[in-house]
Amino acid sequence: MACVIEKINEIIAPENLVYAKSPLTNDDIMHYCPGCSHGVVQRLIAEVIEEMGIQEQSIGVTPVGCSVFAYKYIDIDWQEAAHGRAPAVATAIKRLMPEKMVFSYQGDGDLAAIGTAETLHAVNRGENIVMLFINNAIYGMTGGQMAPTTLVGQVTSTTPFGRNVDINGYPLKITDLIAQLPGAAYVTRQSVHTAAAVRRAKKAIRKAFEIQRLNCGTAFVEIVATCSSGWKLSPVESNKWMEENMFPHYPLGDLKDSKRADSGLYRIKSK
Amino acid sequence: MGELRLMKGNEVIAEAAIRCGCDGYFGYPITPQSEVMETLMTLRPWETTGMVVLQAESEIASIHMVYGGAGAGKRVMTSSSSPGISLMAEGISYLAGSELPCVIVNVQRGGPGLGTIQPSQADYNQATKGGGHGDYSLLVLAPASVQEMHDFVILGFELAFKYRNPVMILADGVIGQMMEKVTLIEQRPRWTNEQIQALSGGWATTGKTADRKKHVITSLEMDALMMEKYNLRLQAKYLQMKQDEVRYEVIDCDDAEYILVAFGSAARICQKTVQIARAKGVKVGLIRPITLFPFPDKIIAHYASNVKCFISVEFNAGQMVYDIRLAVNGVTRVEYFGRMGGVVPTPDEVEDALNQYF
Repeated sequence: MACVIEKINEIIAPENLVYAKSPLTNDDIMHYCPGCSHGVVQRLIAEVIEEMGIQEQSIGVTPVGCSVFAYKYIDIDWQEAAHGRAPAVATAIKRLMPEKMVFSYQGDGDLAAIGTAETLHAVNRGENIVMLFINNAIYGMTGGQMAPTTLVGQVTSTTPFGRNVDINGYPLKITDLIAQLPGAAYVTRQSVHTAAAVRRAKKAIRKAFEIQRLNCGTAFVEIVATCSSGWKLSPVESNKWMEENMFPHYPLGDLKDSKRADSGLYRIKSK
Repeated sequence: MGELRLMKGNEVIAEAAIRCGCDGYFGYPITPQSEVMETLMTLRPWETTGMVVLQAESEIASIHMVYGGAGAGKRVMTSSSSPGISLMAEGISYLAGSELPCVIVNVQRGGPGLGTIQPSQADYNQATKGGGHGDYSLLVLAPASVQEMHDFVILGFELAFKYRNPVMILADGVIGQMMEKVTLIEQRPRWTNEQIQALSGGWATTGKTADRKKHVITSLEMDALMMEKYNLRLQAKYLQMKQDEVRYEVIDCDDAEYILVAFGSAARICQKTVQIARAKGVKVGLIRPITLFPFPDKIIAHYASNVKCFISVEFNAGQMVYDIRLAVNGVTRVEYFGRMGGVVPTPDEVEDALNQYF
């Protein structure tokens, strides 16, 4: 027994610490289900804000959906928007306080269904904000209904026999649409299902925030994510299902990277 | 002393916004109030005061931009007309629920639906009884002149921040489109960050510093008992408004046997009716509610025992008449006269209606 305790003490000794949670994340237990990607992504946001030293400048805008409580976990100022309206809320915050670092955090229903207009127009205006898009192809919070990004044939509570394109239309590749807009400076699609993917996702989020500093347009990061509860799969099975089904339709990688010093767009700025 | 000008009501909204130091306007074009944003875009205040002016993709986006700006402690506003205000109902409920100060101008037109682009007062119930979901109240100011369009923008921001509550200026197509002389205030500076800190530093999202806890703008509360407590606090605030913010104008009521009650441009018409009827020896007066919420029920009750009849004159099917009846509480007769769908009655029509109740 003494031997075991000695071993544990050695493992947890500060000099052996290889991972610690960001001081910007608090001790509240996250409400997310086991296997959900939200917690990982929010940890990455906290790390990026901490590493960039921008806690005092950062204002986050949360959506309606599973991540409605994101404001509970990261120690910065937040505004919670109505369903789909986060890009409009973020637009005003950034325009009125250009010195702040403003980001929206939205799920697929929020960003690509009810908030499609706000999303496309914020990017089309080249709003100088970061938009984080969590795409898990399902409505998690309300109990697993069809999302705009639900795959063809995918079973949800409102497509119990699978998504039928003749009835429900096609899974919306909104990130591909956004990449077409001149206002978008950086558009990428990432995932957090492996350690390597987490590192790439963090790099992408960091880059998005760096781009906001350059004042050159919208930085948009999609995270293809899992929803074990909604998909009714174990966390391990969810990752496998995502790789086999989501990635072919939503391939990972950069969709656009225009390193413009200035967008050239007419922009009204507050002083 | 301010500057005297001849201006349209809608243009004055824009001028007053800039001059009182408003930080941001977010809007979407709709008749009969498009001159508000057109005037702002022509005056380019971002080059002088630093005020942000943005044409949004919809009224929905506009009101949520107002939410974002208000949440940051800024003085922000929007304007629209009836169908646009319906689209904003969601955001207005969120603003009230999150206790955010802002000014919303409704230059009403005839409804329901797409309706007409002619003047109307058919959004009285929407403005004073909620309009969006949940138990909330706006402070509602009803301008009856171009000068009041100007004054109520300034007053609106004062009240909005005093109560951390959205304020609605409930105008109509007549007030928005007509030209009158107006005295404009001198240019005031926008609030500095220090002033915002002093006034709203306890709640606004100005960026979390080491010396304070994070600020979260939200109307979400999962615990029903907590939500009820929160609602009780809101109701206490609305009660405070009822006690302290009632505004009205009383014309020729002291000897009156009949009292017309009208707001906005309907009150202007009734003022003429009072003159016409008085010249014929009819003892008639006018009460003009300036705040529609809180409603001036005490002054109406005060005159109730002296008059034979109150007549509510409205450009709608009779909405304010119910608030008058509640105020009068059965003491005397309360009737309604109005026109609908964008039709504006003449002073003579109102007099004819009055004559029916002799």
